[in-house]
Amino acid sequence: MGVGSFFTSKLDEAIGWARKYSIFQYPFVTACCGMEYMATACSHYDVDRFGAGLPRFSPRQADVLFVVGTISHKMAPVLKRIYDQMTEPKWVVAFGVCTCTGGFYDNYATVQGIDTIIPVDVYIPGCPPRPESVLDGLMKLQDKIATQVQRY
Amino acid sequence: MEGAAILDELRARFGGAVVETHDHRGDHTAVIEPGSILPALRFCRDSAALGFDVLMDLTAVDYSKYPGREDGARFEVVYHLYSIAHNHRVRLKVRVDEDHAVVPTAVPLWPIANWFEREVWDMFGIRFDGHPDLRRLLMYEEFVGHPLRKDYPIDRRQPLIGPAH
Repeated sequence: MGVGSFFTSKLDEAIGWARKYSIFQYPFVTACCGMEYMATACSHYDVDRFGAGLPRFSPRQADVLFVVGTISHKMAPVLKRIYDQMTEPKWVVAFGVCTCTGGFYDNYATVQGIDTIIPVDVYIPGCPPRPESVLDGLMKLQDKIATQVQRY
Repeated sequence: MEGAAILDELRARFGGAVVETHDHRGDHTAVIEPGSILPALRFCRDSAALGFDVLMDLTAVDYSKYPGREDGARFEVVYHLYSIAHNHRVRLKVRVDEDHAVVPTAVPLWPIANWFEREVWDMFGIRFDGHPDLRRLLMYEEFVGHPLRKDYPIDRRQPLIGPAH
């Protein structure tokens, strides 16, 4: 393919490497999973080791949307709007079983998985997930970010 | 005032409109005729001896699949009253048919009834006559049906609503 493609693939790698260690997360915390999220974020488990230590509470400044907790049908348009306000590139993490599938809330009020509303990159199951699973999910997200091919 | 005395007071004032009374572990209940529920509530609030100044809760029960209650009125609307001055409580109930599920509103008596009645309308589909703003409280506008009715299918899916504008 020649020199050009060699160059862009190396550029992709460099950008991916830089991005995966500068995750600015938007925590969309609605329920009990939030406690586990806080435990993961604090010094004992320390997401700052993965470059994800700075949550931004504005979707315009964030690039990873952490959906943490049950999403009701009434909340669904809000979540969609937050996602739409984030700028590219953006990723979504479904944190906890309620966001993955609705969990045991198989009822009239709960969205049966947030992937019915917005695309999801990493699913972290568990009710709530242990911090180890969260970090595992975070590392899977980092792999995904690092290997992503850029659109120029 | 003792709970039994409160029920006596209600019976003395409203007579036949008090359909039945009972107590369970010290909680006293009077079932009132639908036509007399508003005067009964007003009496509970305004009588000096009763003085029920707080509407603790207003809710409803669907008895459509309740053993022993298959015939008769489907719903009961339940009022829990509390008096701060006298530190006593009473529970009033009114039976509501499915065909004519309307109860007079208690908003003029206790403003808190506004949201309670909206919730009952949302969950059970019981209307409150004279309510100033009877919209759904918990579910969204596009929701079809009343989810706490016993004949609402547990696994029914509603169409997802789109983003707000």
